[in-house]
Order: sequence, then C-alpha cells, then structure tokens
Amino acid sequence: MGHSAHGDNYITAEKGLMSWFTTLDHKRIGILYFVSVMSFFLIGGIAALLLRAELFSYNAAPNVGEIFKNGDVYNQVLTYHGAIMVFMVIIPGIPAILGNFFLPLQIGAKDVAFPKLNLLSWYCLMAGAALAVTTMFTTRIDTGWTFYTPYSIRTQTAVSMMVVAAFIMGMSSILTGLNFIVTVHKLRAPGMTMHRMPLFVWALYSTAIIQVLATPVLAITLLLLAAERTFGVGIFDPKLGGDPVLFQHFFWFYSHPAVYIMILPAMGIVSELISTFSRKVIFGYTAIAYSSLGIAAVSFFVWGHHMYVSGQSELAGTVFSFLTMLVGVPTAIKMFNWIATMYKGSIQFASPMLYAMGFIFLFAIGGVTGIILATLALDVHFHDTYFVVAHFHYVMVGGTLMAIMGGFYYWFPKMFGKMYNEFAAQLSFVFIFIGFNVTFFPQFILGSMGMPRRYFDYIPAYQPLNRISTVGSWLIAIGFLIALYTIIDGLINGKKAPNNPWGAKTLEWQTTSPPPVLNFDHEPVVTAGPYEYK
Amino acid sequence: MLLWIIKNQLFKVLVGQAEAQSFMPAQGSEIAKSVDSLYSFLLIVSLIACVIVIGGMIFFAIKYKRKSDNDKTAYISHDTRLEILWSVIPLVIFLFVFAWGWVIYHEMRTMPKDALEIQVMGQQWNWTAEYKNGVKSGEIVIPVNRDVKLILSSSDVIHSLYIPTFRIKQDAVPGRYTALSLKAEGTGEFHIFCTEFCGTSHSGMMTKLRVLSQADFDKWLAEEGDSASLPLAERGKKLFNIKCTACHYANEDKPKIGPSLQHLFGQENHPVESGVIKVVDENYIRESILYPQAQIAKGYGPRSAMTAFQGQLSEKEVTSLIEFIKTLK
Ligand code: HEC
Ligand SMILES: [Cu+2]
Ligand SMILES: [Cu+2]
Repeated sequence: MGHSAHGDNYITAEKGLMSWFTTLDHKRIGILYFVSVMSFFLIGGIAALLLRAELFSYNAAPNVGEIFKNGDVYNQVLTYHGAIMVFMVIIPGIPAILGNFFLPLQIGAKDVAFPKLNLLSWYCLMAGAALAVTTMFTTRIDTGWTFYTPYSIRTQTAVSMMVVAAFIMGMSSILTGLNFIVTVHKLRAPGMTMHRMPLFVWALYSTAIIQVLATPVLAITLLLLAAERTFGVGIFDPKLGGDPVLFQHFFWFYSHPAVYIMILPAMGIVSELISTFSRKVIFGYTAIAYSSLGIAAVSFFVWGHHMYVSGQSELAGTVFSFLTMLVGVPTAIKMFNWIATMYKGSIQFASPMLYAMGFIFLFAIGGVTGIILATLALDVHFHDTYFVVAHFHYVMVGGTLMAIMGGFYYWFPKMFGKMYNEFAAQLSFVFIFIGFNVTFFPQFILGSMGMPRRYFDYIPAYQPLNRISTVGSWLIAIGFLIALYTIIDGLINGKKAPNNPWGAKTLEWQTTSPPPVLNFDHEPVVTAGPYEYK
Repeated sequence: MLLWIIKNQLFKVLVGQAEAQSFMPAQGSEIAKSVDSLYSFLLIVSLIACVIVIGGMIFFAIKYKRKSDNDKTAYISHDTRLEILWSVIPLVIFLFVFAWGWVIYHEMRTMPKDALEIQVMGQQWNWTAEYKNGVKSGEIVIPVNRDVKLILSSSDVIHSLYIPTFRIKQDAVPGRYTALSLKAEGTGEFHIFCTEFCGTSHSGMMTKLRVLSQADFDKWLAEEGDSASLPLAERGKKLFNIKCTACHYANEDKPKIGPSLQHLFGQENHPVESGVIKVVDENYIRESILYPQAQIAKGYGPRSAMTAFQGQLSEKEVTSLIEFIKTLK
C-alpha cells in the first residue's frame, strides 16, 4: 500500500457527496464525467430505440401501430438523439472521462495543470446539459443536430435555448482541451520526453488542439444563429439578404474537425489495448503519433465534403474531395500499424482486446465507406441518405463507442481497484457487436436504394431492411444492459484487482489500484518508451 | 497477352457481379451507369481492403494466441520500407478514385446547351414544376432522350431534389437558383424525394418523375396548357393538388397539418384564434391563402404554420382556388 497515510486511495480519502462535487482531483472529476455522460447516453439511447421502433413499418402498413402521431414528434426525438449523442456523449466521452483520469497518470503527473478549471469544465457541461434537457419541457427543438438555416430560423421550437446550451457545453470542451495541452507540456515526469508518451496521450493532445481551435467557431456560429432568430440581423436569413449556406460552412468548419475530436482519442485507446494484449511494442510509434497531429491539421480543410450538393461551386467541391482523400491516408496507416503490432505477438482475448478488435473491424468498414462518400460523383447519390447514417454510425458508434467500452474495461481495475466478471463483459461485447452490424449494415443497402435520412415514413420497398435494423437496435440495447450489469456487479462483488492485471508497461499500472490521491507514492522516473516488452 | 485478357475479363466479370449485387436502383441515364461502374470498382477495392485488414487481424489473432503467461514476443518497432509502402498504395488508390469521381461529377454539373428548361420550386412540403408555357405540375414530366435542365429554387427553407434512378441530387436554396441536368434513356415513373430536412412533412415531400415519349410529352404539355378552357373550379382543383394537399384534406373531414377545407365555405360563426368569423366568404379564404397570419384557425395558433402565398399565386389562381374550395361540400 505504499506509504500514503492510512492506505487511503482517491476514493476513500474523503467522504460524502459534497466531497465529490467540490473535488479538484482529476480522477474524481473523471468519475463525475463518467456518471453524467452515461446518464446522457441512456437518454440518447432511449431516443434511438424510439426512432427505430417508429421505422419498424411504413405508416400505411396494416396492423402495426405507430409510435409517434406525426412527423413533428419524430423530428424532435431525432434531434435530441443526435444532439445528445454528439454534444453530450461522444465529444466529452473519451477525453473527459478516461482522458481526465489517465492523462496525468500516464505522464506521471500529480494532476492536470489547472484542477479548478477542470472542475469548472464539468460544471459547464452540466449547466449546458441541464439547459438542453429543459428544452424538452418547452416547445422542444426539431432542427436536427445540425441546426441548418433557414429552417432553424423559421421553426417555432426552442432553438435559441438549445443553441445556448450547446454554447455552454462548448466552453466545457475548450477548457478541457486547454488543460490537457498545458498538462502535456508542463507536467511530464522526469524522463518522460514527448516521444516516450503513450499514444493515448498523443491522441488526447492532438484532440485538445482541435478542441481549442475549432470549438470557438461553433460557439460564434451558434450565437449568430440565436442573434438571427431574436434580432433578425440578416446573416443567414435569405429574406433579409443573408446566405443560408454560409451557416453550413461555419457549422462544418467546426463539425468536421469535431469528427476527429470523437475518433482520435478512440484511436489512442486502441493503440494502448492492441499493444498491451499482444504484449508487444507498438509498430510504428512515430507514425501513429504524428499521424494524429497530421489528421488534426488536415481536418480543418475538408469541411466542404458535407456540401457537394449544397450549391457550392464545382471547384470548391473538387478541392474538398481531394483533401478528404488525403486525410484517409494517415487513418489507413494507423490501421496497418495496429495489425502489424499483432504480428508475432502473444494475444490475449480479454474483453478489452475484443473491443479493440471490434473497433478495427467496424472502423475498417466505416473507413472504406468514408472514401466512397468522399468521392464526388458517388456522394451526389449517397448524400443525405441512409448510407451516410450507416457510415457515421460505423465510425462513431463502431469506432468511438467500442473504444470507450474497451478502454473502460481495460482501466476498470485501476479506477476502482476491483475486477469485473469477464464472462459478462464478453457477453456484452457479443451482443453489442452483432447487434451493431444487424442494425447498421442494412442501412448501407437502404441508402444505396435511395432511402433519405430523417424520414418519419418511407415507401413500402424499404420496409424489410428497416425491420432488420430495428431488431438489431434491441440487441444493442441488451448488450448495454449486460455491460451495465457487469459494471455494477464488478463494483459490488468484484475481486480485488492487482496493480497491473494485464502486465502493461505504461505508468498508470505502476501505482496502486485504485491510485492514491496524488497518483504516485514516489515521483516516477521514466527511462524508456511506453511499450518496451522485451 | 493471355494474362492481360484473363485479368481484363476477370475485372469485367467482377465489376458486373458487383453491379448486380450493389442494390442500386435501376439505371435511368448514362450518368447513372458511369456512377455505378465507379461504385462497383470501389466496392471491390473496399472488399479487398477489408479482407486484408480484418482477415489479417483475425489470422494473427488466431495464429499468435497467447499460449502461456511467459510467451516471448518479437520486438519489432518499425519498418520504414513497409510503412512507406502502405502509405503510398492507399494514397495512389485514393487519388485515382478522386479523379474518376471528379470526371463524372464534372459531367453531371456541366449543363447541356439547348436543354428543355423546367423551373422546379420546392416549398414545405411539395414540389411545383413550371414549364415555359406557364403549365404548372406537381409531378415533373419530361420527354425521353432529351436533355433536360431543372432550375431549382425554394420559397421557404432548403430542400433537396433527389432522383435515385438518375443518381442525381441538388439542394434547392431560398434566395438563389441551382440546377440539375438529366437525360432519361427510357420512359417510366420514378421516385423523387426531398433529402434536406425541412420540417414536419419532410418525408412526405415526394413526387414522381414521369418520362414520356416525345409525342406523349407534347400532347401532355398542350393539354395542360389548354387549361384556360377548363372551368375555374377545375383549374383550382389542379392547383390545389399541387400546392395544398401536403397540408389539407379536401374531401375528408379530418385535419392534416392544417384543418380540412371541407364544409368551410359558407360556414357561420367559424372559430378562429381571435374570435369567430361571422360567415366564411371569398374574402376570408383569400386572406387565409395570401396572409395566413391575419386570422388563424382555432387550435393552430399562435403562429400559423401555413405558407404565405402572397406573391406566389396570380390573381386568377387565387380565384380558381376559391372557386374550388366553394365546391367542397
Ligand atoms: C405548410 C402547410 C400548408 C400548406 C402548404 C397550405 N396550408 Fe392552408 N393552412 C395550414 C395551416 C396550419 C392552417 C391553420 C392555421 C391558419 O389558419 O393559418 C391553414 C389554414 C388554411 C385556411 C383557413 C382554414 C380555416 O379553417 O379557417 C385556408 C382556407 C387554407 N389554409 C387554404 C389553403 C390553400 C388554398 C392552400 C394551397 C394554396 C394551403 N392552404 C396550403 C397549412 C397549410
Ligand atoms: Cu466531415
Ligand atoms: Cu425536405
């Protein structure tokens, strides 16, 4: 137990609910984020199940009742599903939960650089979330998470309130990013050079740069939208001489890089998992680390690939398509590196590794369909159809969510000092993985057939595949229920976890499980890279 | 040589196979065919890539499964040659695909010179095609084998006109014109969807593309153009079917997005948000169409969801609509 006072760890060091709400400990803040983000995930998930239930049949189908009376309610649920999952689950997901907890541990620091700012960013997220949830009890909002003008100017729903909520949550994201950048530069343990940092840290670092640079653009855009609605300033509203397409440019200038806010940390986790469970040094450390930075940089110049049919000029579309192809390369490199890491390794099929392999599987499909969508002539057909819906779910759910789950199972012993039931964890994987493919693969086909997205109702020809997709959504739900059980059961009945149950080499495994308040009993001194399995 | 033929044939068969399995809708034009060949090519490349990545992963996972806790593993930190190879190969493929996609896109976006021009306006939640001779139609009717240019506009929010059979799509943006060109290879009826989210009945904003032979098309256009000879109420009915049925039932007494218009004309003490209308007459209906905000039907406040048709309908058209609504007994 080292020599911390009474063998106290960060969980037992202080007692009472207030000690959590006022904590400055990055680990406790990580747990706060965990609880809140998982609650949001529950709400967003229920919304998704409702949407899928409505789409089980086309509306004139005999004998099957409708879930929603009319398109309005469906459109609202669709908007909440998207907005909650993007702004409240996937964006804060990995950086705020696992990043908060493990970034300082992995670089041998006592905490993040600005602990108070860290707590403030949690409160920002909660304030924004509270406001967002409040809109559900007003006129709600029905614009889709993209808030496209001029619809968002004309609709009578609570757009302004929701936009302010997203603005406040954006603050949270910026503060977290800022904190991470400074932490990485200033608080590394002796000997922890940049090139000895774990790849998860590199990924968080690249993500943080995007968070700090891109989020303000979203913030300004959303404020302009609110101003347009309240004062009619005439930027986006064509009736006042504004340009509605300008909004799309602003919006995607943030929201495309945001895709990498969502996926880079996931890639970081996968690098950790593949190396640990293959017990092998990561193949091409430098390539992976710098490809994260490369992706972060290029991601700012590809936003127009969401707008090939918006009326943007042919030349612009061409340039954006070209640049998008370039971002594909570093992503492909990472995939090859992970697989090369497994070559001649010693591979353990623990649940985190299953999730990592699930990630590679789904992300490969998400990636190749991304290239299809980046191709000008093909996107004209696929844009705004279910093909796109399937693609980004493969990337974001198949990618980010798989990585969160894998990372969470991986670090669970460290976070709580207990082991979970491995069988239950694997069972949850099987349900989520199979359910995911059953839900989303048919949507690629629906998209090729031409089914548009955000449709409350559809032509009868699309019904069979929609039914399969809906059944898949139930399998995913079961998978997550099992995962929830695994976590609760692990917390209550779990066996005591050793300090380093997986035999990993990164720093967080050298301290006790759970770690003491100041993370390490002695300041660690680093003499080698993070994956030295010799 | 032989090898080349085999490879070439194999490629053709594969692409043909992929096309057959790709679930794309029927091919309505040359462009649709070129889009599909590119798609099939990409499907094959994607499949190969997935087999390499996923197959490789599964193969290694099984082959190097942990046998004991003291397994020795190789120490391979990088391999510059390999890394360059697997960066360059995807890059080359991506650029090739980019160029191919661009060529077809350029063809799509190049507007033919002497095409038949049709104005298509999107509005929550219907499409109106307007021809040079003033004919308005809810369906887009075009002749076969002739270049057609659809000039898109919108009177309210952004819509997007999508014809899957022709693999084409373009947003209709308020305040500016955009365009689509197509040349149908065969006659028939094809789906048109709106693919840009536009509110309550976004998914109901569908119509048909009807491709007729040149003779049939000319006949249709002439007949429609002749509507001046039709009784006023008949003309009103046609217009109503284009512009109003997305939100109103005419022959059923139940609400859609707006109230049913059956039994409306002549009604006494008709309830509106601000009180009652003594008798529903021509003026009330006229006002309801042109300035819906002025009097809002009971239960539909505080702001009317109806499109204001002021400036969009001619005096004659409004009169014809009123005449039609009068007949809804
Ligand atoms: C976008 C949907 C929409 C479209 C399209 C639409 N309406 Fe309406 N309409 C409404 C709504 C909602 C109301 C009720 C609110 C109001 O009175 O303004 C309404 C009300 C009316 C009323 C008054 C009914 C009453 O009971 O007082 C008339 C008359 C009318 N519409 C005629 C038309 C005609 C004619 C057209 C086609 C040119 C049309 N509407 C197109 C939505 C629509
Ligand atoms: Cu993007
Ligand atoms: Cu629409």
